[in-house]
Amino acid sequence: MPAHEGRFPLTRHSVLAAVQSDDGAVRRLGWDALVRAYWKPIYKHLRLRWRADEERARDWTQEFFARAFEKSFFDSFDPKRARFRTFLRVCLDRFAANEHESEGRLKRGGGTAPLALDFVSAEGELAGVDLPAPDGFEERFHREWMRSLFEAALADLRQICVDEDRMHQFEAFRRYDIEGPDSSTPIQYADLARDLGVPVTQVTNWLHWARAKLRTLLLARLRELCPTDEEYREEARALFGVDPR
Amino acid sequence: MTRNPADAFGLTVGDPTLAHLRSVVDQPDVTGTRYVLVEHVGRGGMGTVWRARDVQLDRDVALKVLTEPEPMLAREMADRLVREAKVIARLEHPGIVPVHDAGVLQDGRAYYAMKLVVGRRLDEILGDNPTEPERLRIFARMCEAVAFAHACGIVHSDLKPANVMVGPFGEVLVLDWGLARVGDAQAQEPALVRAGTEGFMAPEQKLGTGALDPRVDVFALGRVLAELSIGARETVAIVAKATAQEPSDRYERVLDLLADVERFQAGERVEAVGEGLAPRLRRFYRKYRAAVWLVGTYAVLRLGFEVVRIWMHGRNP
Repeated sequence: MPAHEGRFPLTRHSVLAAVQSDDGAVRRLGWDALVRAYWKPIYKHLRLRWRADEERARDWTQEFFARAFEKSFFDSFDPKRARFRTFLRVCLDRFAANEHESEGRLKRGGGTAPLALDFVSAEGELAGVDLPAPDGFEERFHREWMRSLFEAALADLRQICVDEDRMHQFEAFRRYDIEGPDSSTPIQYADLARDLGVPVTQVTNWLHWARAKLRTLLLARLRELCPTDEEYREEARALFGVDPR
Repeated sequence: MTRNPADAFGLTVGDPTLAHLRSVVDQPDVTGTRYVLVEHVGRGGMGTVWRARDVQLDRDVALKVLTEPEPMLAREMADRLVREAKVIARLEHPGIVPVHDAGVLQDGRAYYAMKLVVGRRLDEILGDNPTEPERLRIFARMCEAVAFAHACGIVHSDLKPANVMVGPFGEVLVLDWGLARVGDAQAQEPALVRAGTEGFMAPEQKLGTGALDPRVDVFALGRVLAELSIGARETVAIVAKATAQEPSDRYERVLDLLADVERFQAGERVEAVGEGLAPRLRRFYRKYRAAVWLVGTYAVLRLGFEVVRIWMHGRNP
């Protein structure tokens, strides 16, 4: 089954509602989506904001999800008071402060199996990152959350290209839109067209298709993660638009 | 727990890539239209604005495209964008940017094309401290455009310096008609009634009470005049009158406000200053007519009673 079809089905308020569901299987799917979206921002926040070393940040990330799962942290979320992302970060800071105080007494509760999270890649992404100013951690957390969202949507896009035999499209997109901006010598449409053996207009069409598809996939991911329509709209505007004046 | 699928092909999105992707996924799909996107130039209340090339007429235009997350939620905003285009299309005036074209793009987002305005926003210009005559000239042109819209039955309802553009030849353009009210249409759109910008919204607009008339624009223009920092006693009085809490205490029309500003510029006595006792009493009577009648009737009856009582007392000491 293609990865994008195997994801949690798109419904209103799906992830948070699923996390709070009485049905164990649904709850598990909800947690899966929640962890996928937030584990990296959480790990990086613990490393940067709480100056936790690698091992402690890994333990705390695992422990935070385990405890949130057991103690239903997110049941008290009230969409009228904050965005879910902000609420989660506040929970995380409270958790980290408690852990900090009870140093050395960390016990993983409930026999929860550790999550298979690729901390090595997250650590690699932190290399060379400057420590944010004291009031910049919220913004940093937001950016990391956004990065996770884009990474997940890009993986969805790739899977669609594999399933629909559109790897040429993905290859053009990968080289121009994913690798290009990070490269010191950005590639041109004409170079891509030559390398892929197609006219420049074809490259234009492929890139256009991939960007439009990515937009749809991002919005689908976002829709899953936002507990209310209002939050969804605000997040979508913040995601795509320039800063409101 | 599954791996993060993004890791499936070893992908790491760096900051430059993240910024680039955010930009490109927002690009409107102009396939099948007469436009080619050139660059992103800004963001309005409902969507993003792009400089685009009209390949048929070989000229640059501004393309305002709705930024909305999904078709169901976008419908209301799309309706508003189309409505804005129709509102502007009705307003042929040198102070209002003309609309050329409107429609729906292939990606489902509503758009309209308008004249590309090159210039600076009034709020930016004010930072350069322009001369007093220049500030008042811009204000006067702004008033004329708004007065024209009122004559066409349209109330802007979101006037502020950020919605005024001044071109390189001094032309003044009133922008962003997305919240404009057309006739009684706002009664059908309750979501619009309270919309506006804090600091420039009239009290009745903030509260969402009743129908909004051109006096909400008089209020906002009063606030804009205050932002111009003229500081003379007369302009302070004009601002006070334009921004009165009660709509009935404000200038009835934008042209009345403009006339008072022009009187100030000509060194004549402005209506808002030095109002005599009689007009003030007349205004007081209009506002508290019932109470005045009640108190007056009581006073006359009481006086009559006292006269009769004294007269009776004189006859029978």
